[in-house]
Amino acid sequence: MAEYLDRSKDIGPYVPQEDDDRIVCRCEEITKGEIRQAVHMGLWTMTEVKRMLRCGMGLCQGQTCTKNIKRIIAAELQVSPAQLEEPTVRPPVRPVEMGVFGNEVESL
Amino acid sequence: MKRYDLIVIGAGPAGLSAAIEAAKCGMQVGVFDENARPGGQLFKQIHKFFGSKEHKAKIRGFQIGYELLEEAKKWQVDVHLNAVVMGIYEPLRITVTEEDYITSYAGDNIVIATGASENMVPYDGWTLPGVIGAGAAQTLMNLHGVLPGKRVLMVGSGNVGLVVSFQLLQAGCEVAAVIDAAPRIGGYGVHAAKVARTGVPFYLSHTIVKAEGNGKVEKVTIAQVDDHWQVVKGTEKELEVDTICMAVGLSPMSQLARLAGCQMKENGGLVPVCDAYGQTSLEGVFAAGDVAGIEEASSAMIGGKIAALGAAKRSGFLTEAEAEEKYKAYQASLMQLRRGMFSHENKGRTDLVKTDEGYPLSMSLLQKGYLDDAEVEQFPGVGTKKYIGIHPVIECTQNIPCNPCQDACHFGCIQVGNEITALPQVVQGSHCTNCGLCVASCSGQAIFLVDESSEPGFATITIPYEFLPLPQSGDKGMALDRGGAPLCEAEVVRVRTSPAFDHTALLTMRVPQEMSQKARFFRRREVVQ
Amino acid sequence: MRIAEHPIIDSYQKGRKVKFTFDGQEMEGFEGEPIAAALRAAGVMIHRYTQKRHEPRGIFCAIGRCTDCVMVVDGRPNIRTCMTPLKEGMRVETQYGVQSERGEGQ
Repeated sequence: MAEYLDRSKDIGPYVPQEDDDRIVCRCEEITKGEIRQAVHMGLWTMTEVKRMLRCGMGLCQGQTCTKNIKRIIAAELQVSPAQLEEPTVRPPVRPVEMGVFGNEVESL
Repeated sequence: MKRYDLIVIGAGPAGLSAAIEAAKCGMQVGVFDENARPGGQLFKQIHKFFGSKEHKAKIRGFQIGYELLEEAKKWQVDVHLNAVVMGIYEPLRITVTEEDYITSYAGDNIVIATGASENMVPYDGWTLPGVIGAGAAQTLMNLHGVLPGKRVLMVGSGNVGLVVSFQLLQAGCEVAAVIDAAPRIGGYGVHAAKVARTGVPFYLSHTIVKAEGNGKVEKVTIAQVDDHWQVVKGTEKELEVDTICMAVGLSPMSQLARLAGCQMKENGGLVPVCDAYGQTSLEGVFAAGDVAGIEEASSAMIGGKIAALGAAKRSGFLTEAEAEEKYKAYQASLMQLRRGMFSHENKGRTDLVKTDEGYPLSMSLLQKGYLDDAEVEQFPGVGTKKYIGIHPVIECTQNIPCNPCQDACHFGCIQVGNEITALPQVVQGSHCTNCGLCVASCSGQAIFLVDESSEPGFATITIPYEFLPLPQSGDKGMALDRGGAPLCEAEVVRVRTSPAFDHTALLTMRVPQEMSQKARFFRRREVVQ
Repeated sequence: MRIAEHPIIDSYQKGRKVKFTFDGQEMEGFEGEPIAAALRAAGVMIHRYTQKRHEPRGIFCAIGRCTDCVMVVDGRPNIRTCMTPLKEGMRVETQYGVQSERGEGQ
């Protein structure tokens, strides 16, 4: 399970990779390279990376990319993906239009 | 606020089973599903299921779906469709979007049965239209009658990849190849074999390098990978396909469980920590089916029933003793499905070399998708040299939980025994009547009826056939071997269909006698390439 | 392309035949089937172009999870066409970013 990461660890410099330009988060069009660079800027948790880049924050809410983002960050930090905590889940878990969101039937 | 004794989130196999079981205990049950139709992925499963009679083996998935719906109706389960559970704000309260409104419902208990979502692997061009999930292919062709494409590359050789490849062929698509980065086929050998014998090549230790095309997939490049999953330069191969189907695993869709505050653990993705009855760390919140750990529909249905027992016990609809008694029976049934070389504990193992009985596993089956001619003889379902006249040949060589063949034969020719994962054997001295029920009942399409003595110099082979157009008696063509390669001239001498065979036609072809242990598929002349 | 005859499935549950438009072009589909199914049957592969890279996208998961197949339907953007049932006279349009018209650079 998720563990606290030692932030004093040296993960080395960011070295560009051949597939850095490849899209990982399909909704927000975030690439592998952007995620890797974010890690090297010091954003070591999925939540931090997501807040900066918006990966996993598009329409699908990370349904497709979460696992892959986790893998990329973990590889960069040289840890196992299981050691990373997934970002907080927030409702709505499916896209809901704002108009509907505000249209709550009074509950008795 | 509307309240239920039990709220079930998800109307798939686990959810519906939970709802029915709870309703039978006297609970008032509400099921919520975001789809327009209930049944989850069941209605896309057009193959016959594995297991034993109590697991509804040899019944096709969508028919099990109809049975569940019928039962849910009979027990007055309230099924809310197009009802998206978008949040659980308090442990026993759900917030639902229905049409343009948001409504909250309270439940004394909740069963989360939200299923799974498909994993995806990124590669260059993976966002092009034409790259789809295997589930999408099933949805289009099996629910909506629309071909996903004409020529398809299947990525992933687990059961999903294999089953969907076969379904693509049945729908009329061409499957260019099945590839997998792993060195061994991940799914049942019998599923691979029925795809391989139609001529679909398997490329193991292969990955996608890139997909290309103008606005849609037109071409894909695959290549071999080494032990570290790195592409071996120079092994690239180009395939012209219009569709790439991804079947690279599933992840539990457990967001609602996390939202509710359930304690989670890692098991192929995050799953809630559950007790024996499927109750999570939160009192009254249960999880069942893939969301509690990826398995298949048969286990999901039992998991749903067990969770319902837990809820019924908790709310006093069953006494401890009543619940315990039912639980034991369901648990025993579940444990049967969890045995064999594809069980959870054996998942991903590449070191298995023998069956439980001690027969060496076919490496050809694991690497190429079909049994090697030389290997076949040794298995207990084959051993044909011992027989005179017509007899079943059962090419079932891995320990999987399945035994309908044993029940199908009323003459005691086939024996699996009490251990459901045991390899079926053909009982020596038994008399086969050529009824064909075993051929049609084998969910893996691994049983053939062979007669080497019908006519001097010739043999007849009866094969299960689930394709259109259905060949007719008198049709001439080629017999294909287990790997799908043309083998010899063949003539169809009989085609049988029957309600008892449930859409599996039995095609009998006549081939030269020496081909009786090689020929396993038929292709009509005009389509021979 | 539609499957005319299937060895296992005797019939598909379909509504009546209805007309709809795709980017102004008249098309036919069956009432109640997902818009995405009707489009695929008619050979339409591209549902939208993305906001940043202006890349084409189409059906991906077909069960409402990935939201790749969203289009502008009757003027409303971001409609999951794989989940939304087809109705007579629907106006289905390619989505550019989050709108129905090409923006700058698209």
